[in-house]
Amino acid sequence: METSIVVSGFGGQGVLFAGQVLAYTGMDHGKEVTWIPSYGPEMRGGTANCTVIISDEEIGAPLVSRPSIVLALNLPSFEKYEPMAASGGLMIINSSIVNACSERDDIDLVYLPASDIARKFGSIKMMNMAILGALAGKRPLFPLSDIFESLEAHLPKSKHHLLDANHKVMQAGFDEAVKG
Amino acid sequence: MSKKLIKGNVALAEAAVRAGCQAYFGYPITPQTELLEHMAIRMPELGRTFLQAESEVAAINMVYGAASSGVRAMTSSSGPGISLMQEGLSYIVGSEVPVVIIDVMRGGPGLGNIQPAQSDYNQLTKTAGHGDYNPIVLAPSTIQEGVDMVTLSFDLADKYRTLVFVAIDGAIGQMMEPAEMPPMQELHPRPEWAITGQGERNEKNIITSIYLGADNLGDFNDKLQAKLRAIEESEVRYEAETVDDAELIVVAFGTSGRVAKSAVHHLRKAGKKVGLLRPITLWPFPSKKLAALADGGTKKFLVVEMNMGQMLHDVRYAVGRDIDVQFFGRAGGSIPMPEEIQEKAMAMLEVN
Repeated sequence: METSIVVSGFGGQGVLFAGQVLAYTGMDHGKEVTWIPSYGPEMRGGTANCTVIISDEEIGAPLVSRPSIVLALNLPSFEKYEPMAASGGLMIINSSIVNACSERDDIDLVYLPASDIARKFGSIKMMNMAILGALAGKRPLFPLSDIFESLEAHLPKSKHHLLDANHKVMQAGFDEAVKG
Repeated sequence: MSKKLIKGNVALAEAAVRAGCQAYFGYPITPQTELLEHMAIRMPELGRTFLQAESEVAAINMVYGAASSGVRAMTSSSGPGISLMQEGLSYIVGSEVPVVIIDVMRGGPGLGNIQPAQSDYNQLTKTAGHGDYNPIVLAPSTIQEGVDMVTLSFDLADKYRTLVFVAIDGAIGQMMEPAEMPPMQELHPRPEWAITGQGERNEKNIITSIYLGADNLGDFNDKLQAKLRAIEESEVRYEAETVDDAELIVVAFGTSGRVAKSAVHHLRKAGKKVGLLRPITLWPFPSKKLAALADGGTKKFLVVEMNMGQMLHDVRYAVGRDIDVQFFGRAGGSIPMPEEIQEKAMAMLEVN
């Protein structure tokens, strides 16, 4: 079983970190994982994405042409990856800032007001955690508690005062996705 | 020891530290910059030498000097920087000084771009400086293998007193995978040939690549070639998967090698008799293994590279003219997808 996840958005939205949290969660729970970022002349506000693969077996290709899960945090990411998501896959869209709808009927679509949830339960900077919470709500890849434990285990100690707020945002994202 | 999720460039740098690298000289270039950055933090912490040189030309000559004094020394760069080092590389081999260089390859030619590519295959295996020699070139395809190859590279450099490249591309440099780090090695004692001051010795140690007489230089070249043949005999490394009954074998290294592995697994699941030969040493090249596979009945080989066909020629030379050798490659910074390799392999299999 191999799951490929693309996280994509603006530089500064926590795209690369959200992907790392998923990779850590996989590794901590005995899976093979790879994390590969897009890289180039980057800037805040430019586009950023990463691909995470979580597998029971050795991972060959670190990139995929048809990701099974797409986390689209802004409009250009929605436009780029919406046609690429694998049939039967899942796409979570940050509907707080993406004002667009998909016509596809062969994928699960979740329009999550992730920026609004983050602002309400923590800070706008935790929007990526709302998205991860929604992912846990929609796919049995990992329970929410596993993701949170790995976040706690790998977040630098200097940031631990933010764990509570992150947890609340993640839980709110989860609840919203399950309810929706 | 537990595995850690770690970026390729950082993992390879830390592996070098743990292998007892005592001196690092380098000049920043993407996509290897985190490697230099990690050395800038770790080497001074341990009381070892880190120096950012004014150019790659200066860096390689500093490495040459430090290695001549008998310490484990290295640099790292990417294609354009390796090009600048050419003269120094040749002097290092000509002086029989052990040196390790990590090349994180990017798209070329020229300034090219900073995206992953395997554009330096010919440069590393065949034209890394003037004169008659080949450096050892190790090409890992995962971060764990990269860590292991860096450890090995210092041992091979010392054993043969030669230049060893560890060649990865920007993808392996930038990606993260779980890897287990080796334990920290004790610093190695300086070998007897090193320049350490004459001290109690009766004779001076001299490190040089100049032999002004035709006889002298002829003799040195004979000795050098004998050493290279010994390396060819003992140090070939590769991974072979499901090759024994294969009608078609995909040959690919590094990142292409791991993508090819996905393609081969997929084709095998679909019942196709396909195998993978992944060279781990690009020089010495697994020519004998390839020839044996061709002799053993595999008549189709598909070479996949992130360039326009460099290793391709070594494969053709190894298997001979009666064998169907085809190529699939991407240059300029794209990583091939498994589906593309599968498609090409299927097209080859359909032809009798």
